Amino acid sequence: MTLNQMKIKATLENYVFIFPAVIIFSVFYIIPFIWMFQLGLTDWDGISFTRAFVGLHNFKEILQDNNWWQSVRNAGYITLIALTFQNILAFMLAWACDREIRMKNFYRVIFFIPPVLSAVVVGLVWRFIINDVEGANIINRVLVQLGFSNLAHNWLSDPKTALTTVALVHCWQGFGWGFLIFLAGLQTIPRELYEAARIDGADSWQAFKKITLPLMVPVIVLVAILTVLGTMNVFALIISLVGGEFAGHTSVPVLRIYYSMMRSSRFGYACAQGVTFGMMLVVISFIQYRFIRKPGKIKC
Amino acid sequence: MLFKNVLLGIFVIFSVLGCSGQKGDLKSTVTVWHWMTDRAAAFQELAKQYETLAGVKVNFELYAPSDAYAQKIRAAAQGINLPDVFGILGEKRDFALFIRAGHILDLTPYMDANSATWKNSFFPKALAVNEFTPNNSYGIIPGIYGVPIDILTIQMVYNKKLFSHLGLNPDQPPKTLDEFLKIGPKIKAAGLQGLVSGWGETWMINCFASNYAFNIMGKDKVLATIRGEVSYTDPDWIKVFSVFKQLQDSGVLAQGLVTMINKSAEQLFANEKAVFAFNGSWCVNVYQGMNSKLEYGAMLPSQASAKYPMSIWGGAGSSFMINARSKNKEEAVKFLIWLTAQDQQAYLAKTTNNLPANKNSLSEIPEVLAQFSRGMDYATHPNIWGISEFSPVIEALDRGIQSILIGEKTPEQVAAEVQKIKEKELAKRRVN
Repeated sequence: MTLNQMKIKATLENYVFIFPAVIIFSVFYIIPFIWMFQLGLTDWDGISFTRAFVGLHNFKEILQDNNWWQSVRNAGYITLIALTFQNILAFMLAWACDREIRMKNFYRVIFFIPPVLSAVVVGLVWRFIINDVEGANIINRVLVQLGFSNLAHNWLSDPKTALTTVALVHCWQGFGWGFLIFLAGLQTIPRELYEAARIDGADSWQAFKKITLPLMVPVIVLVAILTVLGTMNVFALIISLVGGEFAGHTSVPVLRIYYSMMRSSRFGYACAQGVTFGMMLVVISFIQYRFIRKPGKIKC
Repeated sequence: MLFKNVLLGIFVIFSVLGCSGQKGDLKSTVTVWHWMTDRAAAFQELAKQYETLAGVKVNFELYAPSDAYAQKIRAAAQGINLPDVFGILGEKRDFALFIRAGHILDLTPYMDANSATWKNSFFPKALAVNEFTPNNSYGIIPGIYGVPIDILTIQMVYNKKLFSHLGLNPDQPPKTLDEFLKIGPKIKAAGLQGLVSGWGETWMINCFASNYAFNIMGKDKVLATIRGEVSYTDPDWIKVFSVFKQLQDSGVLAQGLVTMINKSAEQLFANEKAVFAFNGSWCVNVYQGMNSKLEYGAMLPSQASAKYPMSIWGGAGSSFMINARSKNKEEAVKFLIWLTAQDQQAYLAKTTNNLPANKNSLSEIPEVLAQFSRGMDYATHPNIWGISEFSPVIEALDRGIQSILIGEKTPEQVAAEVQKIKEKELAKRRVN
């Protein structure tokens, strides 16, 4: 066998290995996405066998749809809270559990319980905890006990606090994923680096700043991408917490897409919304991915 | 030789088993997809009875919750693999889409057969929900396309014990809106919750608003509004929106009503924490399960005007349709005729506390259920109006009312916003 033949064989072998994955990815992701885009160009009710081609009309309508953009803003707000509050909390807890503290394995298990619960269950449990009419009103009782009775109110039915409450419950449920990934990332950092830093006279903060943070940048970006994708798609939690859009205050894109399909029977428009939303997430993820490719640009 | 004998033996065994299997398959099977968890056991029992009686196996397959069921039906329609019998959860326009796509059998010939015996066994309003009249706005060939399994009305219920506690006469619920509003301060002073309902899910808000629209301006003007001939900024519509502001200001509404889901509302009422609930007649079964000692009565929403009668949503609760492409459609029709006959309807009413669609099966129902059934005299439903409001307009209306309830917008602002959406939709229709 010549060198060329060996190369060709090796290349073919590689293709054979990735072929099943390519087929599965194409059938379940690429083709449906293309089909969805195609449906987004039609006026289709989801039942009829005929679909009227309307070109980019649905996409133009999305641009003028205030309810849609309000839902995007709401999802963006929840994502911002998740990116900051949720991930900082997850990072701090992972950092704490990475050190030699008592019962660290117990904490690891406890922190990972919320993410494995169903969003519907989490929503109903928190509804019970928060709500002062239907539930145990625990939050308000604690506030009163602490002397903040002026803050006690119906958190989910107040337009000023409903979305933030949803965001915080989402963070409570989601921080476990970040915690687990951060912890795995922290455990890959060689301990020798910390020992060397300590010998050189670095304190804990300096070791964190000069060793932990720079080496964790790819993990932080990965968690950020997953947070954005997971949070922008929030849906079941909102349904179970506030029953729906609450005069638009808790409306999110996936809810809008669902309503377009199931309430208005506008499958074509819903597909266009889905494609637009998907493209938005791809662009955001791509921008975040660029940070991984150029970690040197991030200065800590 | 031994190998050949073994092969021959296996062939004979499989042939015999194959034949016996074929014999068993000769029995027809009608498949029904439904979403009614509360009726699942009763349906299974009736299916057994029917199999014994007619030799036809009926498979009731439950898919819940109703949202998931609605999605499953749509997906099955797109894939042309709907079962023999199914229900459609949605508005009349969704029903029309299924008919237009050829998924639903026209039952008119069966209903009219034998001097319309089957047709005449139903409450007319229950049947009307499944009927498309001549010149309907959906462009559907006139006919009856569904079979009502039960009927329902959506109205108010009140707790008699809490009424006495508030110093009110438990046999005289408030008839006018003013009387109703005056109870608000008493409820607040007693530390109770007022009206509870699933208004977080919005469609019940739409239902409540529709009741008052009919009461304040009458059916003709409501339908004229849907046709685009009357503006939502009309003073009568402002009055309708103002009802919600009055209710909120009086304290007669429960706290957090605007994000309340109906299951929570049912729990609050069943646990005697709320004085009023706005709910459908299905609640009788729900309350029975949650608190069998609950003393309550049904009432119409309190009238805001004496000019027109109060209307409530009612008619067919659940309906079954027959797949026009099914090979078993004749068997399916026969089964539905049997299922909606007097005895089977009485059995369903008794075991599930739902109002029967067969008007001859109303005996032996609990008093509170009878009160709900009397509400049928005032019942109407968007599905029998022959015209549907645009979905974005309904959404704007529901959202707007939620905004009024949280004090974010005035009735006038909401009216203007709803009208703006309406004009946009009318303009779109003109272009198309």
